[in-house]
Amino acid sequence: MNMAVSNLYLNEFSRVKTALPGQRLPWLTNMREEALASFRTTGFPTLRDEDWKYTSVARIEQGHFSLRAATTQPVTARQIETLVLPDMQLLVFVDGHHIPTLSRIDALPAGVTVASIADLLEREPETLQSLLTRQSRGYSSGFAALNVACMADGAYIHLAEGAVLETSIHLLFVACTDNLASHCRNQLIAGANSRACIVEHHAMLGAASYFTNVVTSIAAGSSARIEHHKLQQESPKAFHIAAVNADLNEGSHFLSSSFALGGALSRTDINVTLSGEGAECSLDGLYMGDGRQHMDHHTCIDHSKPRGTSRELYKGVLAGASRAVFNGKVIVHPDAQHSDAFQTNHNLLLSEQAEVDTKPQLEIWADDVKCSHGATVGQLDDNQVFYLRSRGVDDSAARALLTHAFAAEMVDRVGLASLRSRLDRLLRERLPQSSEVLS
Amino acid sequence: MGNFNLEEFIGQDYQQGFFTTLDSDTVPSGLNEDVVRLISAKKNEPEFMREWRLKAYRHWLTLSEPRWSTVQYPPIDYQNICYYSAPRSSKDGPKSLDEVDPELLRTYEKLGVPLKERELLAGVAVDAVFDSVSVATTFKKKLAGLGIIFCSFSEAVQEHTELVRQYLGSVVPYTDNYFATLNSAVFSDGSFCYIPPGVRCPMELSTYFRINAKNTGQFERTLIIADKGSYVSYLEGCTAPMRDENQLHAAVVELIALEDAQIKYATVQNWYPGDKHGKGGIYNFVTKRGDCRGANSKISWTQVETGSAITWKYPSVILQGDNAVGEFRSVALTNHYQQADTGTKMLHLGRNTRSTIISKGISAGHGHNAYRGLVKVAKSAAGARNYTQCDSLLLGDKCAAHTFPYIVVKNPTARVEHEATTSRIGEDQLFYCQSRGIAAEDAVTMIVNGFCKEVFKELPMEFAVEAQKLLGVSLEGSIG
Repeated sequence: MNMAVSNLYLNEFSRVKTALPGQRLPWLTNMREEALASFRTTGFPTLRDEDWKYTSVARIEQGHFSLRAATTQPVTARQIETLVLPDMQLLVFVDGHHIPTLSRIDALPAGVTVASIADLLEREPETLQSLLTRQSRGYSSGFAALNVACMADGAYIHLAEGAVLETSIHLLFVACTDNLASHCRNQLIAGANSRACIVEHHAMLGAASYFTNVVTSIAAGSSARIEHHKLQQESPKAFHIAAVNADLNEGSHFLSSSFALGGALSRTDINVTLSGEGAECSLDGLYMGDGRQHMDHHTCIDHSKPRGTSRELYKGVLAGASRAVFNGKVIVHPDAQHSDAFQTNHNLLLSEQAEVDTKPQLEIWADDVKCSHGATVGQLDDNQVFYLRSRGVDDSAARALLTHAFAAEMVDRVGLASLRSRLDRLLRERLPQSSEVLS
Repeated sequence: MGNFNLEEFIGQDYQQGFFTTLDSDTVPSGLNEDVVRLISAKKNEPEFMREWRLKAYRHWLTLSEPRWSTVQYPPIDYQNICYYSAPRSSKDGPKSLDEVDPELLRTYEKLGVPLKERELLAGVAVDAVFDSVSVATTFKKKLAGLGIIFCSFSEAVQEHTELVRQYLGSVVPYTDNYFATLNSAVFSDGSFCYIPPGVRCPMELSTYFRINAKNTGQFERTLIIADKGSYVSYLEGCTAPMRDENQLHAAVVELIALEDAQIKYATVQNWYPGDKHGKGGIYNFVTKRGDCRGANSKISWTQVETGSAITWKYPSVILQGDNAVGEFRSVALTNHYQQADTGTKMLHLGRNTRSTIISKGISAGHGHNAYRGLVKVAKSAAGARNYTQCDSLLLGDKCAAHTFPYIVVKNPTARVEHEATTSRIGEDQLFYCQSRGIAAEDAVTMIVNGFCKEVFKELPMEFAVEAQKLLGVSLEGSIG
């Protein structure tokens, strides 16, 4: 990689490192330095890396994104009003830093802890030590290493054995400052038989150009039921790199969804390891690109123990000169017999300039398994358009309506009512003509 | 799965593993510019060929071996390979079959190649390549009457120089990839075929490859040109003797279909796969590519891959002409310690181009089987259509099956579908067959053949029968 570019990021780190949280903790400073050393050698991924073959991060590499140890941006509750999802616990982060005055955490049931990572590193760093140490072994890319080195804040949610969180938690990340990089890290630790649902929401105030690099780690204890929904509504000039790493224990159930709507360039990696027998996961996703947006999803489901089940459905709608990448990998290890994996990816191309690169991938090392995948790329069915036109719907409204129907399947699958109605509204805003026909 | 022993059923011996004692004309092993020049000189090639080989060799020196596939093997010592080995008796050039070394003919007989009378019955014209030199070509006269040129590559270089100069390397350039580049530098022989405009080749053309000598690599090159409105069906079969060392096979096949032409290319590859413990066997690194250059042209690849310790090949089609059609049908079987990384590339450039991919992978023992494919629809390919289906069948719990399909679509009017499944033979299927009095072995063979039917039905008759038998043989001892 270009040395001058990497120096930019290295210099930023040296500039703010003393102000990063947990600076008095030797284990953490070591961890940050080691991660930085790893970043120094690997740098940012390039098109030569198989996992980044279709996504160039040159614009992130060449951008001048500075780090800030604390936020200076005054954001009022009023400004974020429209972003907040009703009937949920709320944790707000502005430019990657927790703002307690905007957050609203009501009485939590026994055995549930919700805190900010920066706060926790000051108060009880020992809770995070073994957790973070375990996670910082071997980085999947330069972004993961950079995240560990520069980690400033994030959400920490802990559920004791049997704890049930009835109200979902809304993690709202608002970005509003130009040329800023934020490296957040979220931790969800769910004990045996616990239940929780979180929404990780990335939004913007004003259309700034910034760089978000977020990692969310989820550990589900045996028979736990966890839902994680990710809604990406970054600014049209923003760069968004995210990873969700989930580890599922025996009999646990994990439901993930990822909705990518914003950002100039966004990349979401969802890695699920079924490390206990009989674990189940379901991964949903919808990406809708327009203009020159680039949206990349990489999912990896690793069946490492027997009797695991995985379901995956990703859909994409590409208009303008947008480009989407989908890479869905399913691995079944030698002793993961009786695994059942099913994966589907459908893409709708709406314009001449749009492009889709999809790669569903199976790696099977066991024999008694049921695995299949399917992928399609196509356009709207002319017969269906004709039918609607014969019923007096004009061409563009007919196309909007059919596109709406294609995407709405993913929205309808969301169980969380307040999120579903938000997504429904966003979809209608995106396709105003379909709403006119529908209403 | 019942009482019978899968291990024994799979573990059957390689039946083509005999070795023929022949006097060979062999160049000392090792590779340098002089060897390349020597090969060219031995074949009395024109200057452009020599220069082309040297350019390829120099380019090869700048390349490194590809490592991206799933296959694993110890490093190959390219200096320890002999790059030219010809049966000495054929040095002066056989005028007819009677002049061919009888020892050699016996070898072909053992292989079941219909080289003498049998070719009349089978109706197959054979160009047999024995350790890189084409030994005899049958039915030449009959074909010549129609204007069809079917001869060894060396002969084509001498007698049809202009055609070779025009088309050689136009589909697989010498810079293509590590193994194709090596082949371009040192290829010793192969087959050449030209079908003139409007001619429908009346019989199946066929080449039979065999690696005989020790420590030799086989680097043959096939070039088939189907001129406007012509049709040809071409078969290729391969075997090799049993040896403990691994042998390298790096071939290149180039197909060119002009306007309205159609080429059907079928391969039954049964190189020596190595023994039960993965010792020995052929490393089969092959580059095969077809170019549908004209409108309405069609190229179809059908392959049955049961041999080789390692198979690394991706027969591809470049769909340039409007309405061109590309097809790929494959059965790949890996048993014991065999590894296969195979698939196809369909590059849609012309309007309304269509492609179909049917890939059936069967893994048994410690076999590894990977499908790796690319379907690319360029901006210019309006109305392009692709259908892909890859199914994997797993027999035994030590084997593996992978799928790596790449789909790149840049045109909104394209329709691309991909489906893949991985499963094993159902207990209920086996139970059903057994309850009807079919022995477990036969039931497995039956189910496997059913699994591969879509591919087999595309093979010419003789090959289809051979392929089914081969599959049964290769699978013996693998059910449990």
